[in-house]
Amino acid sequence: MSAHTSEHKTMTLKLIVWRQKGPNEPGRFENYVARNITEHHSFLEMLDVVNEDLIKEGKDPIAFDHDCREGICGTCSTVVNGVPHGGQVRTTLCQLHMRKFKDGDAIYLEPWRARAFPILRDLVVDRGALDRIIQAGGYISCHTGGVPDGNAIPVPKANADYAMDAADCIGCGACVAACPNGAAMLFTGAKVAQFAALPQGQVEAPERVANMMKEMADCGFGNCTNHYECQAACPKGIDVKFIARLNREFLKALFMAKAGTFTPVGE
Amino acid sequence: MRLLSDSIGRKAVVAVTGLFMVLFVVVHLLGNSTIFAGPDGINAYAEKLHGLGPFVWAFRAFMGAMLCLHVIFAILLTLENSAANPDKYAVKKMLKTTFAGETMIWTGLLLLAFIVYHLLQFTVRVTPDIVLGNDAKNRVDVFTMVFTSFRITPIVLVYVAAMITLFLHLSHGIQSIAQSIGLNNDKTMPQFGALGKVLSALFLVGYSAIPVLILAGILAK
Amino acid sequence: MILDGKAPTGPIEQSWDKHRFEMKLVNPSNKRKYKILVVGTGLAGASAAASLGELGYNVEAFCYQDSPRRAHSIAAQGGINAAKNYPNDGDSIYRLFYDTIKGGDFRSREADVWRLSQVSNNIIDQCVAQGVPFARDYSGYLDNRSFGGAQVSRTFYARGQTGQQLLLGAYSALSRQIKLGSVKMFPRTEMLDLVVVDGEAKAITIRDLVTGEIRVHTGDAVLLCTGGYVNVFYLSTNAMGCSVTALWKAHRKGAFFANPCYTQIHPTCIPQAGDYQSKLTLMSESLRNDGRIWVPTKKEDCGKPANQIAEGDRDYYLERKYPSFGNLAPRDISSRAAKEQCDEGRGVGPGGRGVYLDFRDSIKRFGENVIRERYGNLFEMYERITDENGYQVPMRIYPAPHYAMGGLWVDYNLMSNLPGLFVLGEANFSVHGANRLGASALMQGLADGYFVIPYTIANYLVQTKPGKVKADHAECRKSIDEVKGTKKKLLSINGNKTVAEFMRELGTMVWNNCGMARSKESLTEAIAKIPAIREEFWKNVKVSGTGGEFNQQLENAGRTADFMEFAELLCRDALHRNESCGGHFRVEYQYEDGEAKRNDADFAYSAAWAFKGVDKEPELHKEPLTFENIHLAVRSYK
Repeated sequence: MSAHTSEHKTMTLKLIVWRQKGPNEPGRFENYVARNITEHHSFLEMLDVVNEDLIKEGKDPIAFDHDCREGICGTCSTVVNGVPHGGQVRTTLCQLHMRKFKDGDAIYLEPWRARAFPILRDLVVDRGALDRIIQAGGYISCHTGGVPDGNAIPVPKANADYAMDAADCIGCGACVAACPNGAAMLFTGAKVAQFAALPQGQVEAPERVANMMKEMADCGFGNCTNHYECQAACPKGIDVKFIARLNREFLKALFMAKAGTFTPVGE
Repeated sequence: MRLLSDSIGRKAVVAVTGLFMVLFVVVHLLGNSTIFAGPDGINAYAEKLHGLGPFVWAFRAFMGAMLCLHVIFAILLTLENSAANPDKYAVKKMLKTTFAGETMIWTGLLLLAFIVYHLLQFTVRVTPDIVLGNDAKNRVDVFTMVFTSFRITPIVLVYVAAMITLFLHLSHGIQSIAQSIGLNNDKTMPQFGALGKVLSALFLVGYSAIPVLILAGILAK
Repeated sequence: MILDGKAPTGPIEQSWDKHRFEMKLVNPSNKRKYKILVVGTGLAGASAAASLGELGYNVEAFCYQDSPRRAHSIAAQGGINAAKNYPNDGDSIYRLFYDTIKGGDFRSREADVWRLSQVSNNIIDQCVAQGVPFARDYSGYLDNRSFGGAQVSRTFYARGQTGQQLLLGAYSALSRQIKLGSVKMFPRTEMLDLVVVDGEAKAITIRDLVTGEIRVHTGDAVLLCTGGYVNVFYLSTNAMGCSVTALWKAHRKGAFFANPCYTQIHPTCIPQAGDYQSKLTLMSESLRNDGRIWVPTKKEDCGKPANQIAEGDRDYYLERKYPSFGNLAPRDISSRAAKEQCDEGRGVGPGGRGVYLDFRDSIKRFGENVIRERYGNLFEMYERITDENGYQVPMRIYPAPHYAMGGLWVDYNLMSNLPGLFVLGEANFSVHGANRLGASALMQGLADGYFVIPYTIANYLVQTKPGKVKADHAECRKSIDEVKGTKKKLLSINGNKTVAEFMRELGTMVWNNCGMARSKESLTEAIAKIPAIREEFWKNVKVSGTGGEFNQQLENAGRTADFMEFAELLCRDALHRNESCGGHFRVEYQYEDGEAKRNDADFAYSAAWAFKGVDKEPELHKEPLTFENIHLAVRSYK
């Protein structure tokens, strides 16, 4: 890990960044310059450089959410030039590298914008609404212990793979940020679909979808209008077929409720 | 009743009412096509339809209900959506959606206006261009009525514009029905997408053909 | 002082069952009267909070992330071990026990490891029931793969995202309890002090990272599930927010820190590209199942494109040196071997700090599609970072700090020497000894949370009256004042260097002097230098903004301040341990072929350090290690 001085030529970029002190404060754009950026800098490392400069100038650094910086924790959340995570296919912002930009580029940085995601500071938003959707039913209600052997219930490989495709979601909220309606259908659909595909999850399927949908509405998310912007922006490429599955599961639950085979909680 | 109060329920209502209207558009196109058989074709068809009496009114009431539900819930959902996304991005790049998808509410409202006009014109028959009369077999002469109106250029332009609007609305709408009622999966998604495009293109060509061919003098008495 | 781990005696096979029976129980109607504070919501924390909440305890859980789902357990890729023996290839609880003890270089407590091996099977069942989409074969049954340090296939996996899926499973269980009201969740909340009253852990002082509010949460027991400390090296595979802070604050309040020098360096990470770099990225070592590791035999070939180096000029050094384990040799051995090659000048890539991981032969054998199916996401990740296509040119890898085997000292019940303070998962020192085998971290986190703490905590709680300490207790007020004082001080210095600059300086020095290879000289030098860096930090750090707001700099400054103190302990522990074992390699203690030379006569103990003051030498306590079931032997993977 010896210090290695990069021989690559460097870039200078213009950043236009949303700055906002707190949830109820007015926000505005400010301009900054990022200097000495190489193509091997990740996007967030570029922001680190800008922040180091700001701190030295005695200014407030740009607040942005980040943690694992390897594309899995789902913390990073910035809209770059109008696209959540910056637009490289299946890539979180922390994995986007500056080789995707050119010297002199102007880059707009904005927070996730949706009613359900209040801005906490600068580029940091509160995504607690996604947690609340999971709390409403995004689980299988098994107890710790007292479960059968892992191989007691075979799961067809196709179903296990389908569930894994859905479970790929990292909960970053890019789907909401990309959605013109601020809807969380892809997030919710992925979780509903994961469990609906597994025998373990089918027992509670109607309650789950009914409760999660209710919570989604209560949190202030919008409705799906089938633009599929969510899938395009999703850093894990979660497929909108899971929204179709969510719709199907919901309508199924509705008819089951009508037929008296299922009573939704709270009705 | 969560069908009318929940997001997915409301969307299902929009989808299913939309589906009925698409089916109507198919039937209506087949019916209109009798015009290519000349006055005898369409006049006979119109008389048969009217001979069904109460069924016509039941059908009209049903389609009217579909239209109202479709419009009301589409507007409701749109208002909710814009409330859910109050602060717009300074820069926003759409990656996947289409012009048709983004303009659904506007194409929908235009179509609503067109439907009102179209009904006043050829069903209620109160617009100034309408020529009423009976044909040789003493049937209502629908052919002459339509023919006369479609010799007027602005009217043809309105119809062609409306059909382009319909094309846009349905090229997003038809595949959207499949998605909203949960029919899409890996296999069916591209199929419904293609079906939507083919059908909406067929409607555009089929419906526009009548006024355009009449105006061009190709379809003549 | 000689520490007692309180491990049960008698036949190891019955130790846990016997102990479970002997422990006291809390009456179901009394459980809700006890409040348990769980700090950290990774695998250990989330599973513990969920299980304890379900049992009826009143739980409060805290994490610094914006959601409990984001803890760094999520980044584990490869898999989780269990002694299910589904493949019928000779696995058993005993074999997993044996492999873990041996893999840990005989520096762990036998009874703890036995228990871990025993409950490993329950974990798989639990996760399947939760809907974790483990890989399955066409029969619909669970699939297994092999992993470093084992000759059986006992690793369960969910594509390359096993940690993520297990964490989401635990998070879902936690979410269910939050909904039911048994667990109260505090995200974006960082623990900044432990409150000890009459020698028992009774509260924590936290900072709300959004509002900056500093307040105390009292409870009847505190569970630290706050992960490891390898960010002390600045560059590591840990998340940016991972820190030693919670552990260090507890240590300062009296908890012993055990074996901090056992740090694991993961062999398959993407090499550093430049000095601006903020973290290193790990690729699952499952890649070693199909990739062959090599360097050019001749130094002058190092600059050439890999594909132009003839087969005869490639040195597959792991296969050469360890013919029976080959590319699957344990992590410490593989890492050190890579360093050796690079030290000899045969490294590749920027700065000569890299070795090749080559899939050419596997692609030839199975086809690119099979390799893509197995590791597609890792190849994608590699390409995003390096801009190189791993299917066409060999990947470059280099070891990176990854995991801390050391941690707070705990007894068999996972309780530290401070009654009421429990430590779970990576944060404790217990089962991995001096080196952790692949796919064992997930196993330990979930074992501790789901299947150990729900039993052992009762044993403590029955003998303590619920709600003993209130938030207005003098110790609580004192703790708040201390935390506020520290924050105020950090904000008032207004010096010339940023927090990141200090952390980079400290980390680089610790890595160079106390990284993969350590010596008496390098460690002595580090111990001399660290106080100077620390002193400069407290005089010259620049933290802007205020304490009463969202202030990421202030968060980092606090974490860095703790690393500054911890780094010295790390080096002192490494200096005192005059032997090489597992992740601790002292260049003075090696065999002629470069293998680690353990000294069982003098060092078969866990070193638990007591804090005596920042600039004072810590006090060493020993817990002797006895091996009644596994014969102490030189660890060999040849």
